[in-house]
Amino acid sequence: MINKVKNLIKLLSILAFISLASTNANSAETAKLLKTDWSFKGLFGKFDRGALQRGYQVYTEVCASCHSMKYVSYRNLGEKGGPEFSEAEVKAIAASFEVTDGPNADGEMFTRPGKPSDKFVLPYENVKAAQAANGGAYPPDMSVLVKARGGGVDYIYSLLQGYEEAPSGITLDEGVHYNKYMYGNKIRMAAPLSDDLVEYGDGTKASVEQMSKDVTTFLMWAAEPHLESRHQMGFKAIVYLIILTILVYFSMKKIWSRVESEV
Amino acid sequence: MSDHEYTPSSKVGKWFNDRLPLLTLANHLTDYPTPKNLNYWWTFGGILTFCLITQIVTGLTLAMHYIAHADMAFESVEHIMRDVNYGWLIRYIHANGASMFFLAVYIHIFRSLFYGSYKSPREIIWIIGIIIYLLMMAAAFMGYVLPWGQMSFWGATVITNLFSAIPLVGEGIVTWLWGGYSVDNPTLTRFFTLHYLIPFLILGLVVLHIWALHVPGNNNPVGIDIKKPSKDTVPFHPYIVIKDGFALLMFMIVFAFFVFYSPNILGHADNYIEANPMVTPAHIVPEWYLLPFYAILRSVPDKLLGVVAMLSAILILAVLPWLDTSKIRSAVFRPLYKQFYWILVADVLILGYMGAMPAEGLYLLIARVATAYYFLHFLVILPVLGFKEKTLPVPLSITEPVLGGAPNLATAKNKESIDK
Repeated sequence: MINKVKNLIKLLSILAFISLASTNANSAETAKLLKTDWSFKGLFGKFDRGALQRGYQVYTEVCASCHSMKYVSYRNLGEKGGPEFSEAEVKAIAASFEVTDGPNADGEMFTRPGKPSDKFVLPYENVKAAQAANGGAYPPDMSVLVKARGGGVDYIYSLLQGYEEAPSGITLDEGVHYNKYMYGNKIRMAAPLSDDLVEYGDGTKASVEQMSKDVTTFLMWAAEPHLESRHQMGFKAIVYLIILTILVYFSMKKIWSRVESEV
Repeated sequence: MSDHEYTPSSKVGKWFNDRLPLLTLANHLTDYPTPKNLNYWWTFGGILTFCLITQIVTGLTLAMHYIAHADMAFESVEHIMRDVNYGWLIRYIHANGASMFFLAVYIHIFRSLFYGSYKSPREIIWIIGIIIYLLMMAAAFMGYVLPWGQMSFWGATVITNLFSAIPLVGEGIVTWLWGGYSVDNPTLTRFFTLHYLIPFLILGLVVLHIWALHVPGNNNPVGIDIKKPSKDTVPFHPYIVIKDGFALLMFMIVFAFFVFYSPNILGHADNYIEANPMVTPAHIVPEWYLLPFYAILRSVPDKLLGVVAMLSAILILAVLPWLDTSKIRSAVFRPLYKQFYWILVADVLILGYMGAMPAEGLYLLIARVATAYYFLHFLVILPVLGFKEKTLPVPLSITEPVLGGAPNLATAKNKESIDK
C-alpha cells in the first residue's frame, strides 16, 4: 500500500511538473497581472449574464469600431450560456447593422439590414484597410482573443487598465502608447476606455474597471461560447467516472481475493 | 501461442473456427497467463490502446468537418468549436488526448527502463515500441499543424527546415517536403493526409507489439522468467482486464479534468492566432512532449550535428537491449542502476524544462550538460554498469516476494548461478 501511495505521488509530481512547465512557458514577461473574481472559473463557473450584456455594449460601442469578431453571429447573442438576449432583442441588434449581400439577379451587390444568422459585421473591408486606418497596426480579431494571449482574461483585463505616462527614459514614437502590461510596453492602441464612456442601461456605474471586467467577460464568452455546458458536463462526467471507479475497485478486490496476491 | 488446443463447444462455433480460428484467438487472449505480481505501471499498455482508439474515433469525426486549406483551416476549426454539435468536446478530447497519449507512453517507456522489459527475449517488442513512438511524434507534430495557427505554421517551418541541414540534397528535400518554396497550402494538405494515415500504421504496429509480447509473455516487477501457466500467473480475463479497467478509469478522471476544466493549458496561446507568414512569434516552442528533444537539438551549436544529436537521442533507444549489459532485468535487484535510472528521469525532465526556455545563458548551459549526460547514460554508464555492479540476490519465483514481502535469502539464488 505504501508503495502504491509512493507511486501515486511520483505520478502526480510528474503531472504537476508538466503543467508548471507549460504555464511558465506561456506567461508574459511583464508586470504582474491584475486579478479579479471571474464568475466563470471553477467547477461550476458560469458567466454573469449582466456582465455579458454590458460587455456586449462596450464591445459594440467601443471596440467594434476597430476590432472585428468574425466567427461570432448575432444569433449567438440569444443562445443559452451566452448574453441570452431575447429573440426580439437579437433581431433588433442584427437589424441595426447594414450587411452587404448579393449578388442579386442583376449581378449587383446590395445592402440590407442584418439578420440573426449573419456573422458580426466587419469594421473594415480587409486587413490592409484596417492597417491603413490604424497607423499600420492591425487591430486583432476578437473572436478568440482571450485564448490567443498568454495570461488570458487576466491579461486583457489588466491591459485595458494598464495605460500610464511613459516612465522617463522611454521615448515613444508618434501614435504609440505606454502600457505596463503589454509585451514590450509599447502599444499602438490608445487607451480605449475612460470613466462613463458608455451609459449602462441597468444603472451600473461605467468605471474603467467595471467596463474592463464586463468586456473581458464578453470576450471570454465569445472565445468559449460553450463554456457553461462544458463545466456542467464535466462535473457530471467526473462524478460518473469516480462512482464507476469505486465500483470497479471493489469488483477488482473481490475478483483478486481468489488469488494470493495484492492489487 | 497457447499451450493447449482449443475446441469451441458449439457446432457452429467449431465449423467457423476450423475455417478462421478467431475463437481460438479470443480464447488465447482471455486465458493468456499473466504474472500475478504486475503493478500499476503495467496498466499503461491498456491505457495506451484506449488512447489510440480515442484519437482515431475523435479524429475521424473532426475530419468530417475540418477543411485542409490554408485559407479555411483556422475558420473550420472555429466552426467545429462553435457550430458543430459537441464539436468543442470532440476537439478538446482530441487535442488533450494527444497529450494524455504521450503522458501514458512516457510512463510506459520508463516502466520498461526500470524493470528491464527491453532485454532478451523482448527486444523485438521494444523496437516495435520505439517505431510506434517515432510515428506518434510524427502524427502529433503534423496534427498540431492542422489548425493553421501561428505555432502550427512556425513549428512546421522550424521542423521541416531541419532537413536542410543534410549536406548537398538538404535544400531540395525541404522544397520537396513543402511542395513549394515555403510552408503553404500544399504542405498543409499533405500533412493532413499523413496525419490521417499514421494512426492506422500505429494500429498495425500495436497488433505486432502485442503479438510479439504474447510469445515470451509479460515481464514482471521481479524481472525473472516464470513458468506459464503456473502458480505465478493468472489468466488475463478477468484478473488483468478488471485491473486495467480500474487503472484506465483513474486515468480517464485526469483526462476529463483537462478536457472539461483546462482544455487549453497544454497548448500554446499563439495557436489561437491565425497563421501569418509575415509575423514570427517571440518564442517558437513545440508541444511539451517534444521539448526534451528540442532542448537537445538546440544545445548543439552546429545545425547538422544538432539534428544528428536529436535523432540519435531517439534511435539510441532502439539499440538499448545491447547497450545494457546486465543480465538482471529488474532495477529492484540493481542498486546502482536504480540510482542512475532516477538520475536519467530527472535529466529528461530538466531537458524538457530547458526546451521550453529560451536557448541562452544558464538555460543553454544546463541543457548542454543534460544532453551530454543523456548520452553518457546510454553509451557509458549502462554498458559498464553491467560488468561492475554487484546485484542483489534474485528470487526463484514471484510467489516468494509476493507472499513473504522482501526477497528471502533462503529461497534466493545468488547472481553467479543466474549467470551460468
